[in-house]
Order: sequence, then structure tokens, then C-alpha cells
Amino acid sequence: MSAGILAVMEQRGGEWNRMSFETLAAAQQLAGELGTTASAAVIGRGVAGLAGELASKQLDKVYAVEHDLLQDYTPDGYTAALRQLVDRAQPQLVLFPHTYQVRDFLPKLATALGRVAISDVVAHHVESGQPVLVRQLFQGKINVDVRFAAAAPNFASLQAGAYRADRLADGTAPVENFAPQITSADIRIKPLELFRESQRAVDLGAAEIIVSVGRGIKEADNIPMVQQLADALGAELAASRPICDAGWLPMERQVGSSGQTVAPKMYLAVGISGAIQHLVGMKGSRTVVAINKDPNAPIFEIADYGIVGDLFQVVPELTEAVKKARAS
Amino acid sequence: MKIVVAIKQVPARDSQLRIASSAKWIEDADLSYEINEPDAYALEAGLQLKEKHGGEVIALCAGPARAAQTIREALAKGADRAIHIEEEEMGAYDPLAASRLLAAALKSESPDLVLTGLQSDDLGYGQTGVILAELLGLPHATIIMEVDTKDGGIRVKRELEDGWFQHVEMPLPALLTIQSGISKLRYATLMGIKKAKTKEIKRLAASDLGVSSANPSITLDRVYAPERTKQTQLFEGSPKEAAAQLVEKLKFEARVI
Repeated sequence: MSAGILAVMEQRGGEWNRMSFETLAAAQQLAGELGTTASAAVIGRGVAGLAGELASKQLDKVYAVEHDLLQDYTPDGYTAALRQLVDRAQPQLVLFPHTYQVRDFLPKLATALGRVAISDVVAHHVESGQPVLVRQLFQGKINVDVRFAAAAPNFASLQAGAYRADRLADGTAPVENFAPQITSADIRIKPLELFRESQRAVDLGAAEIIVSVGRGIKEADNIPMVQQLADALGAELAASRPICDAGWLPMERQVGSSGQTVAPKMYLAVGISGAIQHLVGMKGSRTVVAINKDPNAPIFEIADYGIVGDLFQVVPELTEAVKKARAS
Repeated sequence: MKIVVAIKQVPARDSQLRIASSAKWIEDADLSYEINEPDAYALEAGLQLKEKHGGEVIALCAGPARAAQTIREALAKGADRAIHIEEEEMGAYDPLAASRLLAAALKSESPDLVLTGLQSDDLGYGQTGVILAELLGLPHATIIMEVDTKDGGIRVKRELEDGWFQHVEMPLPALLTIQSGISKLRYATLMGIKKAKTKEIKRLAASDLGVSSANPSITLDRVYAPERTKQTQLFEGSPKEAAAQLVEKLKFEARVI
């Protein structure tokens, strides 16, 4: 008989990915709602210390999944280890943070077990004792309720910020060491060192006001118009990914999952529709303002103030109005 | 190098979406469709690799008859030939079943490299590439920025979060999911459009491939408009009036200027 929710935590070089604790909190919450228990697993080499940290949480068990070949992440190594762990622990549901690493191996793990993971979950509810998971479609414009139709084990990954790590309940949990069988022949890819391309000269995290520009700006030649608004507000200029990819602003000004995460007093989004990858980088902002021509753009779901209109008309007027307000 | 690029046709990015009365999907009768943008980058990466190393690029698409338009565009951009798995009810396939269609169609091809986009703009699971790799028994890497050949295999640059990158080496054959935005997408030339008309499109049916959508692992229960988590104050009127009202609020209510 299978039972329980298993949260698979993410670490690299002994450092937690903090999103893991949101997943752990979600596992506790779901376990409570489904009348079952939550456990956690940490994978790698030399993870006893990390497992020890989890032992102070309200969990049924903590699995320390150890192997020399798990020192560096590989999809082959992690899939092999987790298949064996799932076989050992027999969970009904395995939860992961929706990180780049999880996106790299979770579909492989689920496929190997003949399942489909529900990826990038933003919320859930319980109906007739079964979890119903909420995802977003069309870059956040539409929501969908998704159910598991297969028998246990099932798999899901949770979007950053969807669950609150500060709701984590403390307790005591036994640590079980688990040594999966993996051979070097199982691992077909060779991961090399991590690196960063450049030092960051701009720390968007320190800015009190950020004016951020997206696809709606259409051309590089239009960026100065938004820069003028930023200057009037005393704000840093930032951008969504497509703008930096196009080279219209440097990569170091990118906000979102692959760029910087910011939480300024005010975030003013100009021509940004609000794809998830962008929202996770700025949704902690205190006041969010959006200017967009599409009233259904997801950015309006998290905006406090908004103007639905043509940014090429609105932004110059806004710059003038800000200048006037600051002068008075 | 024999390269397969999996492409999907999705509703155009600026589509006004309405929930269907069944609440199972969106109203799709009067939408216009285009190539899934992340797949356009996968196609571009495939075409660039062919230009550098020689070989051929095969576009692979599972979708209804209307997807033929997207396939022809891929051929016009430079793909050598295409495989179209014609299936009108792709919505009934969960990501695993959809990937089984793609995998079955590739059985007789034995490509060196399979490329997919990062995720689809409609469902957005971001799983097809990795599932396909597992079904084909191939090593894989995701969110790839650059691909170089090395010692008969490849060395790729993988994007991680927060500005980090990593190089990964692997043997061929392999599967990669390509990061969006890493290169400039080419347009089809007039010559390309003309040539595309003579290129081969192999048409297959799901039944030919022995794959069915029965017994999915996950099911879509209901689609709906997201609930707003914040009450957004929207300002109307002329741009000047709206801007003035917004500044008023920012100054006296939010107190941020």
C-alpha cells in the first residue's frame, strides 16, 4: 500500500535551493488535508548535514540519498536514484520545486515509471479526498484544474512563490540513509563547472523603484522613452527577457527566473504581458503598476494600478505628470 | 548530422482567448495559428547546425490538418523534409502519449540529434523534449544556449537560474531542448517558399504508429479565467487623464513618489 507525500529537496554543493522549503511546506499542508504524512528527501554526496536540518521539521521521515555519483547533478543519476527511492518509500505523491534542474529530470523520471508529472503548479484544492492541481495555460492567461488519472506514485512540481516556506511546521523526524545502486555506466552526460558570464554592475535588488520594459516596446529606438520615465521617477531601468535577448538592454537588467529577483517599493511594468518567468522575479514588489494594451494580460492580475492603453501615448504623458508631481 | 526538430502549432501569441462552453479548452474555431515560438528557436538552431556541419533537418509535427501550414513554413525556412502525424484530437493526448507519437514516428529515422523548444506557449508543460529523450533512450540536456561538436559527441551550454551557466558533454545521438531568444530567427525567402512546395511531407496517422490517447495519466478537469489576487485600480480616459490619475494615486495613496 502506498501512502504519504514526499518532498524532494534541491541542493547544490551543500547549499539549499530555497524554493525547496516552499515545496516542503506544501507537502505538510497537503498531507494534512489528505490525512496522510509528509516526508522529505535530499540527494547528493555528503548530505548528512542537510538531512539533519530537515530532521527538525514535522515530517514522518527524512531520506538522505547518498552516492558518490550524485556529487554533481546529472539527469541519469538523479532519475536512477529517485526511481529506487520511490520504490522504497512508496509515496502516493512526490513534490518538487519547479526549478531548472527539476525541469531537466522530472519528466524523465515520470516517463520511466509510466506517469506524467503535473508541472509548474500554482495552487491546489482537494475534492473527494483527491488533490486537484491548478496550472496556468497560455503564459498565465488561463488557469486549468488538472487531476491525476493514474495510480500512485504521482508527481508534481510547484512554481516559485506558490507556497509559503514560513508556514513550515517544526517537529522531529528520523533520518534514513538510502544508498541507491548506480554505476558510472548509467551516467551518459558529463557535467562541467558552473560559471557566470560577467560581474553584475547593476544591483536591481537595491533599487526602490524599477521601471521595466517588455515586448510591447517593439523597437530598440523606443527604449529612451521608457528611460525618460525611469529618470523622472529616479528609478532603475529593467526589462523582461525578450528585450535583453534582443540586446536592447544588457542581460544584467533582466528581471525574472533567469535574471534577477526584485522586490522594490514600486515596480512599473511597461508593455510586459506578465509571463510566469517574469512574474516570479518581481511579484514580491510592494506596489505594482502596469501599462499594457491588452486588458487580459496576466500582469494585471498582480497589478495594484493599471492603465489599459497604447504605451507610446501613455508613457510620455506619465513622464510629464511625474515631473510635475515631483516639482510641486 | 541528421537533425530532427519537433515543432508544434499553437494559437498566435496575441490571440484573444475565450473559454469554450464545455470549459475543457478554449474556443478554437476562429483563432489563427503559428509555430510555437520556442520551437522556432529549436528550428533555427537545427538549421544553423546543418549549415555548419552538413546533413539534413527534418521537421516533425503532431497536429491536425491545419498544422500543415506551420510545417510548410519550416520547410520554406530550410528544413529538408517533414513528418506530419495527422491527429485532429491532440487535446486527448497527455504529454506522454503525445511524445509516444513523436517517438514512434522517429523509429525508422535514427537521427543524430533531436531538438525541441523549451515549452509550448499553449499547454506549457515544458516536458515533451525530456519525455521524448527517455522514450528514445537518448541522453539529453535542457535549456541549451549553444551547441558545439566535440570528439564525436557534443558540448552544450546549459542555462541555469540566476545568471549561472554550465557546459555539459554527451555522446550522440542525443536530445536537446533549446532556449528561446538565443539567436535571430530567419525569415523564409521567396526561393525558400518556392522550394518548399517540392519537399517531401510524410503523413502518418496515430493508428499507423500504434499509439492511442486512451488511459491518460493526467486529465484536464476545467479551464477558467484566473481569479485576480489583487483588485487592480484601472485609470480610464485620455492618456493624459489616465496618467494624471495614476500619478495622484502613486503620490497620495501608494506614497511611492
